[in-house]
Amino acid sequence: MSTNTTPQLGDPAVRPGIEGFLQVKDLRVHFPTDDGVVKSVDGLSFNLERGETLGIVGESGSGKSVTSLSIMGLHPPGTAKISGQVVLNGDSLVGASPEHIRKLRGKKMAMIFQDPLSAMHPYYTVGQQIIEAYRIHNRVSKQIARKHAIDMLDRVGIPQPSSRVDDYPHQFSGGMRQRAMIAMALSCDPELLIADEPTTALDVTVQAQILDLIRDLQQEFNSAVIIITHDLGVVAELADDILVMYAGRGVEYATAHEIFTAPQHPYTWGLLGSMPRLDRERTERLRPIQGTPPSLINVPSGCPFHPRCTYAELNGGASETDRPEFVEISPRHFLACHLSERDRQRVWDNDIKPTL
Amino acid sequence: MLTYIIRRLIGAVILLFVVSAVVFSIFFLVPRLGGATSDDLASRYVGKSAGAEQIHQTAVKLGFTDPIYVQYGRFAKGIVVGQDYNYGPAVEHCPAPCLGYSFITQNPVLPDLLDRLPVTLSLAAGASIIWLVAGVSTGVISALRRGSWLDRSSMTVALAGVSLPIFFTGLLSLSIFSYGLGWTAPGGANPMDATNPLDWAYTMILPWITLAFLFAASYARLTRAGMLETMNEDYIRTARAKGLRERDVVIRHGLRAALTPILTIFGLDLGLLLGGAILTETTFSLPGLGQYAVQAITNNDLPKVLGVTLLGAVFIIMANLVVDLLYAVVDPRVRTQ
Amino acid sequence: MKQKRIMAVASGAVLALGMTACSGGSTTSTATSGSSVAGQNAGVNKVFQPSTVKGGTLRYGLAGDWDSLDPGDTYYGYSFNFVRNYGRTLVVFKSAPGVAGTKLIPDLAKTLGVPSDNAKTWTYKLRDGLKYEDGTPITSADIKYAVARQLDKDTFPNGPTYFNDFLKDVPAGYSVYKDKNLADLKSIETPDPKTIVFHLNKTFSGFDYFAQLPATVPVPVAKDTGAKYKEHVVSSGPYMFDTVQVGKKYTLKRNPNYDPTTDPDSGRLALANNLNVEVGLNAADIDNRLMAGDLDVDVAGSGVQAAAQGKILSNPALKAKTDSAVSQRTWFSVLNPDVPPLNNIECRKAVLLAADKTGYQRAYGGATGGDIATSLLPPVIPGHVAMDLYGAKTNPTGDIAGAKAALAKCGQPNGFATNISYRAERPKEKATAESLQQSLAKVGIALTIKPYPQGDYFKLYAGKPDFAKTNKLGIMVYGWGADWPDGFGFLSQIVDSRTIRASGNTNLGIKIPAVDAALDKALATTDAAARNVIWGDIDKMVMENAAVLPGIWSKGLLFRPANLTNVFVNDGFSMYDYTALGTTKK
Repeated sequence: MSTNTTPQLGDPAVRPGIEGFLQVKDLRVHFPTDDGVVKSVDGLSFNLERGETLGIVGESGSGKSVTSLSIMGLHPPGTAKISGQVVLNGDSLVGASPEHIRKLRGKKMAMIFQDPLSAMHPYYTVGQQIIEAYRIHNRVSKQIARKHAIDMLDRVGIPQPSSRVDDYPHQFSGGMRQRAMIAMALSCDPELLIADEPTTALDVTVQAQILDLIRDLQQEFNSAVIIITHDLGVVAELADDILVMYAGRGVEYATAHEIFTAPQHPYTWGLLGSMPRLDRERTERLRPIQGTPPSLINVPSGCPFHPRCTYAELNGGASETDRPEFVEISPRHFLACHLSERDRQRVWDNDIKPTL
Repeated sequence: MLTYIIRRLIGAVILLFVVSAVVFSIFFLVPRLGGATSDDLASRYVGKSAGAEQIHQTAVKLGFTDPIYVQYGRFAKGIVVGQDYNYGPAVEHCPAPCLGYSFITQNPVLPDLLDRLPVTLSLAAGASIIWLVAGVSTGVISALRRGSWLDRSSMTVALAGVSLPIFFTGLLSLSIFSYGLGWTAPGGANPMDATNPLDWAYTMILPWITLAFLFAASYARLTRAGMLETMNEDYIRTARAKGLRERDVVIRHGLRAALTPILTIFGLDLGLLLGGAILTETTFSLPGLGQYAVQAITNNDLPKVLGVTLLGAVFIIMANLVVDLLYAVVDPRVRTQ
Repeated sequence: MKQKRIMAVASGAVLALGMTACSGGSTTSTATSGSSVAGQNAGVNKVFQPSTVKGGTLRYGLAGDWDSLDPGDTYYGYSFNFVRNYGRTLVVFKSAPGVAGTKLIPDLAKTLGVPSDNAKTWTYKLRDGLKYEDGTPITSADIKYAVARQLDKDTFPNGPTYFNDFLKDVPAGYSVYKDKNLADLKSIETPDPKTIVFHLNKTFSGFDYFAQLPATVPVPVAKDTGAKYKEHVVSSGPYMFDTVQVGKKYTLKRNPNYDPTTDPDSGRLALANNLNVEVGLNAADIDNRLMAGDLDVDVAGSGVQAAAQGKILSNPALKAKTDSAVSQRTWFSVLNPDVPPLNNIECRKAVLLAADKTGYQRAYGGATGGDIATSLLPPVIPGHVAMDLYGAKTNPTGDIAGAKAALAKCGQPNGFATNISYRAERPKEKATAESLQQSLAKVGIALTIKPYPQGDYFKLYAGKPDFAKTNKLGIMVYGWGADWPDGFGFLSQIVDSRTIRASGNTNLGIKIPAVDAALDKALATTDAAARNVIWGDIDKMVMENAAVLPGIWSKGLLFRPANLTNVFVNDGFSMYDYTALGTTKK
């Protein structure tokens, strides 16, 4: 699967409301706490097909990780109130019994985490952990599982897998360790792979290798991949589609190409503008988005981005009162913004595009 | 690994000599600092009406009139080569390692220690298993059900267990369960007199539970704290993400990691206990090393005190060594040195 | 009021139940006066539950341990009591209640000792048919050997030294292990296997008291293993050792070669089949076990611990199962004649009159701790004469007027100041000092309290006359107990001024020449009755001299489990008689 296919108009697979491999519709994840209800995810919708990669982008606290944990059902029971729909290949996950979801974990959907050193148990060898992952869902002998583990390690590109299978996580370098984690996640051939900041803890040089690996494995297994990150460079590499999240909601969704060439949301503009560039004037190199991320307990009324949005006053007060709907503004491009088409185009052409 | 063990063992032997030298010094130097003469020391080991000459004779016989390094040399020689003892009609040879003869009973110390060791071992073995199982499981359940009434009540009971002195709980349990209800053996019952394992357990069940109550309490609190910490670790989330059953997540991943500090403390506690659970043995009148130590100290019986101290030191040193080695077995991250 | 009545009815009912329970257990009465009526002090001066029924196992318990089971190496009162089960001596205290137990009667010997040569030689003739546990006969040579071996204080450091002190010409450092055929010990002669003769280095009328010491328990030479003999003492008494685990447990079973017809006078009954002794027990646990019926006797015989005492005294049912055993011990204070103004007898009398005797008693635990002493000699010592020269009975809280008059007479009308010493580790002595400080202050006698460590009390402080004088220790809190109930045992070491030396004294300052002369006379008086009168006279002289302030004659609260038969306090030992006890538990 290459990254620069222009999606066809009318492709049924990627429209919300239409059946897809993974369907998330109006997902809300609220955490009741002593200080109030934390609305980590407050109305999120997207679709994903096998063989495709979705990149979820946003700041810390935007709800990206909570989304993935909710799909996997990894919130401890009783802590989160989840509503909405999550359908995985026809299997509805929200409201399903924990035991049912547990059986899907590792087998149908798998996750890899940010820090492979803390995410792997320090007392068990990598092989033991992969074998354990495999034998949960497959009744095989230890020898067969071990052979499979060695195969997986080989597949993810770890040299001398038959001896490294008996090494402990701390005996691997950062990049090798992440590969081992990927091997563990993919050991049961899951159809959905969620990668939560898989390269954030790694060196930049290793980053590219890991991303390549994910892409190759996706092709080989034809899995659906969700890659969660705050790094636009990573999604530029890997994602077919990009979902931009802010304050627990999706604010823009489009193909990667369109997000980079024709972004429509002021927040997306801010993200793109804040990427450090060496070809700008020195004093201008860093352009952060003004303001700070909002409290998820007291989410700003109306559009949650309005306190930080330079263009909020163009909407005649709607930004403060009305929550913008996440609507399809052009084929396969969704947006939640009050700005009129004209205002958006004008601002993009005049203020934003020249500066990127 | 082998060189490490050998180095530790050599260090242990040196440490034992240091311990014995310190005990020796305390015994002899401190009274001398207070102005006591060797006859004054000897007056503790004679009858009520002993005259000055008899006291002096005893001082000579017990070696107090020699300089302290000569006395220590005699003791050290006894350990390495053995000692001869004149018990009246004849002389007997006490083979190496000879820990000397009691000043009071004139019996050799090492056979006494070996005779009493099984009682202390019985006490330590049974109690340690009970407290480990009870304490750890209570701690795990409390951690998993944190904040529930189960958690709060078990931690309160744990607080009581840690705070109540054992001579209180021991005498109380004896009154209620042994003399009141007749369910358990009375104080003074010697477990090594039992003819079968069931009898042995019957004799020991009350001391076991009383002693275990004290330790289980702190182990429950430790395990609870450890579990709360480990269950927040990332690898727990990974284990769940793999689809592992919650029971396996808790035990194979959570408890396994939380248990490491527990096991090290367990080893050290066991080592200390083998030196003689003094309070438990005195409360239940168990003829073990702890009771022996109390008698030795009360009677100022240096050879017995030395014997018990050295044996206790051996156990503690061994426990430390085993625990250090075990740590490498349990936590692979430690091994690479 | 209703509650009191209910309590009275309840305790009456309990007592009645107790009585019926007890009377169900006994069978025939013996000749000694006794009954099966349970109640406080049912075993004092009479036998409780007299019985001749044999059988069962007596369970003894001890918080510490024997100094040694070897009769030649022991010095505890309870050991002297218990040893009669596995050893017979030349003469022995009769196994009988109360004062009858202070009488010496012949045991191995046919009669009491025959003195000659002005009581410097003592001869005993043995009975026929005496045997050890293995059937070998007991001869006078065995007794000579027994006494000779315990002279070796190197091998046997614990026992009393009376034989060392009184036998004639004992070589220095004498040991039977160096002198195998006893050739060098000329002071003991055995002209024939049934005769033994002791030669002393001075006149001593009370030698029979030495002859009752366990040192005269015969020891077979062939079986003597020196310091190891205590691991199996060869028995000459009704019981023999079955197992000995030093520091843990001793068990005794019947001695098949003990012939009761050779033992007609001692009163030994040997009712139980087995004796079990557990040592090293927890003292509080012993009391609990006694009260629960799990143990029969606390060997120490000094009474229950404070915790149990509180429980017992407040519970009438338990109180009915106790006996108050008066001991051979007096707690008193010495008035130092070397420290002015106590060198004046009237000033000393003032102290005696002003002191609050009830306060002294309270310091030792009140009436349970002991009776207020009116003289130095305890009542159990034969020869004790009741006297009360200073109104301890009439004015127990002190006679202020009388004291003031005495002060005027000694030239100190407004009182004086002096120091009072006591042993720091003893809370009861501290309470005594404080009580005296309070009561004497009422007549202007100001006391400064001076505690000293008990380990060195006699060597460096109160027992060192120079120190006491320099530091103005006018009153020295003290106490003394006899090794056996006899005036010599009690008085000789505390009133004889000739024993006073530079340090390490047991006589803290009594210097009365008439007393010294009386002591010498007593030692030479072979007639026991006449001798006992002299002890009473000495007591009177000490009191007339106002040399000591008597405190209390101490008592122990003994607990008496219901299953014991033939229970009585033997004043010879001030505890239950361990050779008379039986049990209804099989």
